[in-house]
Amino acid sequence: MSGSKSIRTPLGRVRGLGSARAGTGDFWQQRLTAIALVLLIVPAILIVMMMLQRNHAAATQILGSSSVAIVLILFTIASVWHMKIGMQVVIEDYVHNEKIKLASVMANNFFCFAVALASIYAILKLSSGV
Amino acid sequence: MAPQIERPLSPFMTYRWTLTMVMSIAHRITGVALYVGTLLLVWWLLAAVSGPSAYANFQGFIGSWFGRLILFGYTWALIHHLLSGIRHLVWDLGYGFGPNEREWLTRAALIGSVALTIVIWIIAYAAGGLR
Repeated sequence: MSGSKSIRTPLGRVRGLGSARAGTGDFWQQRLTAIALVLLIVPAILIVMMMLQRNHAAATQILGSSSVAIVLILFTIASVWHMKIGMQVVIEDYVHNEKIKLASVMANNFFCFAVALASIYAILKLSSGV
Repeated sequence: MAPQIERPLSPFMTYRWTLTMVMSIAHRITGVALYVGTLLLVWWLLAAVSGPSAYANFQGFIGSWFGRLILFGYTWALIHHLLSGIRHLVWDLGYGFGPNEREWLTRAALIGSVALTIVIWIIAYAAGGLR
């Protein structure tokens, strides 16, 4: 066979076996979202404290203000991204049955996406008037 | 499928538990707990959008002893995962690998998480919340 030598067998290459080569990307994105969350957690906790024991009208008003909304949306995106990568690592570590692993990875993606969308929808709806 | 061959188990259960080992698995467990706990956050936000009765429903749950227990656990999981995560970021930068440094970092993260959780809850009660 001409070309560069490789220890991978043709069948292995065709079946796409071996590393997915996405590890470095996941590593970096996990750190990036982690640092974003370290920065966002303080305002997020402050916002939650502001909301304690407020009735619905007051809570809606706080959640509706632009700065609160933007902080919460950023927090949502960073959290969901971070938790998606994290849960994927956990699944890859413990689930070895191929079919269950596929289902779990899909469920993880769907759950994270749904959480993000539901949260952002709610925050936007509150900030543009109920 | 090849017949299952009896293979020796890795000594993770028979090894003496060190603090860093415990913190490592705690980091993973708190992460999974936070993952599940986002449902609570989504419930809160959707309740706010749905109107006063839905919001009162949520407040009723979160104010109950069970809700407060979950919230306290969630706060601790969050702070612990945060401080342990900062510990990991320090390691990522290449610092803190020496034998004393890593023990110090680990202990600081653990003690800090308990202390910070209690401080946050004291502030929350003082601010009039969760009466």
